[in-house]
Amino acid sequence: MDPKMAGHETEGPRMNPLLEMDRATVEFGGLRAVSELDLTLRQGELVGLIGPNGAGKTTVFNLITGVYQPTSGDIRFEGRSVAGRKPYQITARGVARTFQNIRLFGSLSVFDNVRAAFNIHLHHGISHALWRGPGFDREEREVETMAEELLEIFHLDHLRDAECTALPYGDQRRLEIVRALATRPKLLLLDEPAAGMNPTEKGELMRLIRFTQEKFDLAVLLVEHDMRVVMGICERIAVLDYGVKIAEGAPEAIRNDRKVIEAYLGE
Amino acid sequence: MNRPKTCFLLFVALIAALAPFQSAINPYYFNILISIGINIILGVGLNLVTGYTGQFSLGHAGFMAVGAYLSGSVTVFLAPRWLPALGGGAAGETALFLLALIAGGLGAGLAGLAVGVPSLRLKGDYLAIVTLGFAEIIRVILQNMEIVGGPRGLSIPIRPTGLFGTYLAAALTVYVVVLLVHSTYGRGFLTVRDDEIAAEAMGINSTKYKVIAFVVAAFFAGIAGGLYAHFIQFITPEGFGYLKSVDIVVIVILGGMGNTPGVILAAILLTILPEGLRVMSGWEFLPDAVRGIVKNRMILYSLLLIILMLTRPQGLFSSGGKWTQKWRAMKRRGRA
Ligand SMILES: Nc1ncnc2c1ncn2[C@@H]1O[C@H](COP(=O)(O)OP(=O)(O)OP(=O)(O)O)[C@@H](O)[C@H]1O
Ligand SMILES: [Mg+2]
Repeated sequence: MDPKMAGHETEGPRMNPLLEMDRATVEFGGLRAVSELDLTLRQGELVGLIGPNGAGKTTVFNLITGVYQPTSGDIRFEGRSVAGRKPYQITARGVARTFQNIRLFGSLSVFDNVRAAFNIHLHHGISHALWRGPGFDREEREVETMAEELLEIFHLDHLRDAECTALPYGDQRRLEIVRALATRPKLLLLDEPAAGMNPTEKGELMRLIRFTQEKFDLAVLLVEHDMRVVMGICERIAVLDYGVKIAEGAPEAIRNDRKVIEAYLGE
Repeated sequence: MNRPKTCFLLFVALIAALAPFQSAINPYYFNILISIGINIILGVGLNLVTGYTGQFSLGHAGFMAVGAYLSGSVTVFLAPRWLPALGGGAAGETALFLLALIAGGLGAGLAGLAVGVPSLRLKGDYLAIVTLGFAEIIRVILQNMEIVGGPRGLSIPIRPTGLFGTYLAAALTVYVVVLLVHSTYGRGFLTVRDDEIAAEAMGINSTKYKVIAFVVAAFFAGIAGGLYAHFIQFITPEGFGYLKSVDIVVIVILGGMGNTPGVILAAILLTILPEGLRVMSGWEFLPDAVRGIVKNRMILYSLLLIILMLTRPQGLFSSGGKWTQKWRAMKRRGRA
């Protein structure tokens, strides 16, 4: 075979997995919160991660984003291990997340929450902030436009100057997604984005997740308790129970999986 | 030319125009004016660390000490040799003073880096204790350095600190802090204060921001120390003890964390307050208990802070006030 061709093939974005969790394990004291987890995401995939309370879903997010270090196993993003990297370095590589217990920047306006997340993409650093030449102004305007565009997609543009803590719950969750998107991720991790939303908001959220995933060609890993949401938009679903992956497959197969049903009934 | 730069230059022009009249000011008021300027530099600088970045530092006087002693030493030891070379006279003195100030600022900034890098991993009370310890170490070192007079102190032969220099430095501090914070880059400081975990998750290197805040504040504290040394003309290690650090922290808290205009007002208020209290403690008709409290600044500060925390936890001059909201609304309308 032509070696050039072969090289081409393996370099193709849809061929290489974006995220590979390889027997990733984390222990807290004696508790194995995540146990030998294998999970792979390709570019542009929308995968659900479900499981009963305390199954270890949020811990998986904390492992991928470097908040926790795996005690054994490995996690690779675009083929390179993220072990030992700090959260901000992993974000710079293209992983962004939202938080189950909303963690917005409480003293900042809606706009500033998004603006702050553009930080890693600034070409101009501290000296430009002080000198304020034309390059600085141009870049600030660019950031402003991009932030406003993102807010508009999520129907938050009219709240631009509001204090983010004054927003209703659902708006705060959507603002967290906007803020995560501002870092221009390749992989977006959503931790229960529909929690606290009413059915209309949930429907709208599903549409928005689909839309942004296609628009920005994102891979999305979605943790969500609302089965209608997960089954409605995910191509593939992985199920965790006590830190162990007990099933993985298409929504239809998961719905009828005996182990999954037991895990949820035993709750 | 953009607005912040224009404001800054206008202010510099204003103080330059007023500076020739400083000799007409009564020495007592002159003294207060210079102290206000120095306290503005210290307060606004510390506000970047504590107010905007949320790192509680109790050692700001330590950086002031580094700046005061370093710049004082430059003047004391280099003046006899360099002053003739710099052409002597007022111009030479000014040049040497500038050099001394910059040396003091850079030295303090370096100290800030040396303290900040290892200690900024610590949070809350631990960081406060480490910074407090740092300032104490500086004080003890100075006490044992015979070359700068040890516990007896160091006298500085010249007194070049004037209104222009002091308020130029104060304006520069305000300019740097305000411009740093009011940019996409500078929003990073606030995110670290609001939620460090979320900040890191958004790609913000929180350690870097903390260290930058620390170094910038230390640099300006060093400049403030230099101005102070060349004004008071006699410095002792005791003058930079932990009570001085507390004074600066009180300015920041009273002004409202992360509220630069508030901190400037608080610096003015807290510089004038002791003077007013001194007058009050002389009033014979006041009961002894009241005069006792009035004589002890620290008791009064404690009471003031307790009352403040109960009634206005966001600071005396908070940004949530009526006028700021009106101003914001105006700006918004202007943009739309
Ligand atoms: N830092 C920690 N220290 C000790 N135990 C932890 C830590 N983080 C998580 N755990 C434990 O790990 C287990 C998994 O928690 P995790 O938050 O990942 O669950 P989850 O699947 O997200 O649950 P939920 O649906 O309630 O959000 C729990 O038993 C939890 O107590
Ligand atoms: Mg969770």
